[in-house]
Amino acid sequence: MNRFDWLSEYLAQLQDELIVVRRGSARYLPPAHMLEIDAEDWTRAHELAAANGYRWAGLWADRDDESARVLSLLENAGDYLVLLAELDAGNPAIASISAHYPAADRPQRHLRDQHGIALSGEADSRRWVRHRAWPADQHPLTPDFPAGGFPEPSPTPADSDYPFQPIAGNAVYQIPVGPVHAGIIEPGHFRFHAVGEEILKLEQRLGYVHKGVEKIAVGRDAVGLARLAGRLSGDTTVAHAWAACQALERATGTRPPRRAQQLRGLLCERERVANHLGDIGAICNDVGFAFPQYQCSRLRELWQRHSDKLFGHRLMMDCVVPGGVAVDLDDTGITTLRHDHACIRDEIDILFDVIEDHPSLEDRLLTTGRLSAASARELGCTGHVGKASGQAFDLRAANPYAPYASHPITTRVLDDGDVMARVQIRMREIHDSLDWMDALIDHLAGDGLRASLNEPGEARIGIGFVEGWRGEIVSYVRLDAAGRVARFFARDPSWHHWPALERIVMNNIVPDFPVCNKSVNASYSGHDL
Amino acid sequence: MNEQVTGYWLATLLQPLVLLLAAPLLVGWIKRIKSRLQNRRGPAVMQPLRDLRKLFAKQPVVAKTASPLFRAAPYVVFASTLLAVTSVPLWSIWLPSTTVADVIVLVGLLGLGRFFLALAGMDVGTAFGGMGSSREMLVSALAEPAMLMAVFTLAMSAHSTNLSSIVAFNLDAGVVLRPSYLFALLGLILVAIAETGRIPVDNPATHLELTMIHEAMILEYSGRHLALMEWAAQLKLALYGLLIANLFFPWGLAERFTPLEGLGALALVGGKLLLLGALLAVAETTLAKMRLFRAPQFLNLAFLLTLLGLLSNVILESGL
Repeated sequence: MNRFDWLSEYLAQLQDELIVVRRGSARYLPPAHMLEIDAEDWTRAHELAAANGYRWAGLWADRDDESARVLSLLENAGDYLVLLAELDAGNPAIASISAHYPAADRPQRHLRDQHGIALSGEADSRRWVRHRAWPADQHPLTPDFPAGGFPEPSPTPADSDYPFQPIAGNAVYQIPVGPVHAGIIEPGHFRFHAVGEEILKLEQRLGYVHKGVEKIAVGRDAVGLARLAGRLSGDTTVAHAWAACQALERATGTRPPRRAQQLRGLLCERERVANHLGDIGAICNDVGFAFPQYQCSRLRELWQRHSDKLFGHRLMMDCVVPGGVAVDLDDTGITTLRHDHACIRDEIDILFDVIEDHPSLEDRLLTTGRLSAASARELGCTGHVGKASGQAFDLRAANPYAPYASHPITTRVLDDGDVMARVQIRMREIHDSLDWMDALIDHLAGDGLRASLNEPGEARIGIGFVEGWRGEIVSYVRLDAAGRVARFFARDPSWHHWPALERIVMNNIVPDFPVCNKSVNASYSGHDL
Repeated sequence: MNEQVTGYWLATLLQPLVLLLAAPLLVGWIKRIKSRLQNRRGPAVMQPLRDLRKLFAKQPVVAKTASPLFRAAPYVVFASTLLAVTSVPLWSIWLPSTTVADVIVLVGLLGLGRFFLALAGMDVGTAFGGMGSSREMLVSALAEPAMLMAVFTLAMSAHSTNLSSIVAFNLDAGVVLRPSYLFALLGLILVAIAETGRIPVDNPATHLELTMIHEAMILEYSGRHLALMEWAAQLKLALYGLLIANLFFPWGLAERFTPLEGLGALALVGGKLLLLGALLAVAETTLAKMRLFRAPQFLNLAFLLTLLGLLSNVILESGL
């Protein structure tokens, strides 16, 4: 089957529905295919896409002085389709698609808070990222809003009046948790409605880590943008920086050297192994089984120290730069890596045996926190959350980018959808990544580390797709004629995982929430932007 | 005779003091063993004592919504636990403190402490405190009958509910293998694990409020209030350890109290407690915490075991 075979069918459907495709192009935003439609057909086009089973993968706006447009990303069979609608720049408005893609609710509210784009149709009217730091009529991503914000007369008031959806009933009570949590983790508020110990509903309130990334990206050069993207979510620094660099390179038509692509893959897989190790331990610790936690923490620490020694940073921050990589690997480095992989394999063989075959752990993890395949599909979950619930999509295999195109990687899928399945996906991915890295370092190319970015010469846009350890990351960049960033949007997989968590905990008991949450481990920072 | 009486009273006064010091050390010992089993160095055995000293030096912070009950509860909980632990034979049998109280008083004192602990958990009005209290009541409502059944099994053999009499009877009887004792011992161990908030029922080391039982109730406490609550919890652990060690394995307890005999008995009891602590650490390392709604099944098992103990006492051992 060829790429985009399915697109003609969708186009025919659009035609049947009298939806005008103003512009259709495969060259506007490669590798995605772009269709420009009228704003009034927005909901209908998404309804058709949802009926066809396309996965919805992100929504963002791009607004400058003259124009405002909304972009929506869909994926099917590994191919990306971008729906684009031009809005009235003076009075931008767009219809809601959350009836067809429920995960779009928060991105839409983000859009409204940040760009001042009005939402019509079935849209949640509550603010999302705009806590009370700026008034309702100010929108930070409009061109006339200063990057430093307007001076505030007093400190930002606490966001204490957010209207959570109430649940009425006898003996229903609320448990507010956060935004400050007991562990050293990021802030976010969880509002539970429970009867006794059973959770009836969980509603999240995020946005506490909003850093204005989209605003401060504007005006940066390529290197500055890659640094910023690498700080979106510290645990995903490699993958986010890579996605941003991919977008920059596609916008400018630059091709990084092969060796650089391979090293990027190596760094990204190292990041995956480190995070999966940490998560597996933390999940066990959340059910009071501390032994794997200490072993995994130890292994992760050693792994990160080796990253520090080889690449100059424990998390490998700023190693991926536009046009290539900032680090290299010599022969001793390769030997160290091989040794490192062999050592960790020996240890995890024993450790994972304990985890997989421990009755009292099994009792806690099996059937806990189930996410149905239908929900995972509907919410567009990728990564360990999607793969544990029957969603086979893994960008590295579905639409392989360099270096995965020439070095294929095994990907996994399980159907149980419970916490145990998410642990098992992680364990297998660690093995797969180790195997892949071993194979890769035998075939490292020797053709340089970094290409310089081509001058765009005119305003250009580009999009990057990378499979990070949490799942698919999307990065959208618009450069002005001088090569400065005019718009940057990064879509962390957490946009899809947070709503999934709300479904996962349904009908579970309150004390099982922490382990469900840890099994998803969505990023607060990557989501709040 | 006079000397003997002085010795008894001295031992009675010294017993709570020794236990106040020993209980935190026992907790430190368990933590140490656990750390070692997890390939960690772990904190020093003295650490719980140091923590108590630190907490006593800190100013307690009390929520605006707290009632006087919230301030009073730590003292009630601490005092009732200390009284309870004083009524269990530590090194000698016929001490005044152990002869005036019996098993029912002991369970009552623990119940009093728990009552105030649960009230204090709900007093400030936080969701976590209320959740903790509700879970504590769920656990203790099932643990208390099992505990009573276990000691009644012993009481039936000794024809007395007095702990001193039971211990004396067991010492006199020597090593006799009674099925009823075995059932009661197993039941009491399960009760002890549940009542002292250890894995697999509760996790004393967690920071996750949503999963806590005991810790959730004392989340709002700080300073000396927290110190008293922590100390009471440590005493309770020592108490259950003592019950298991001295009721079922009483050998080494002094029948008459002289300083030398007392010290010898203390060393023996200390050894038994350290062994029990090490066993607890092993169990806690190899088990994950149960789901909350497994706890009733766990305690039902405890009740069933103690009931079997009582029945086998009636059926098999009534002639003994």
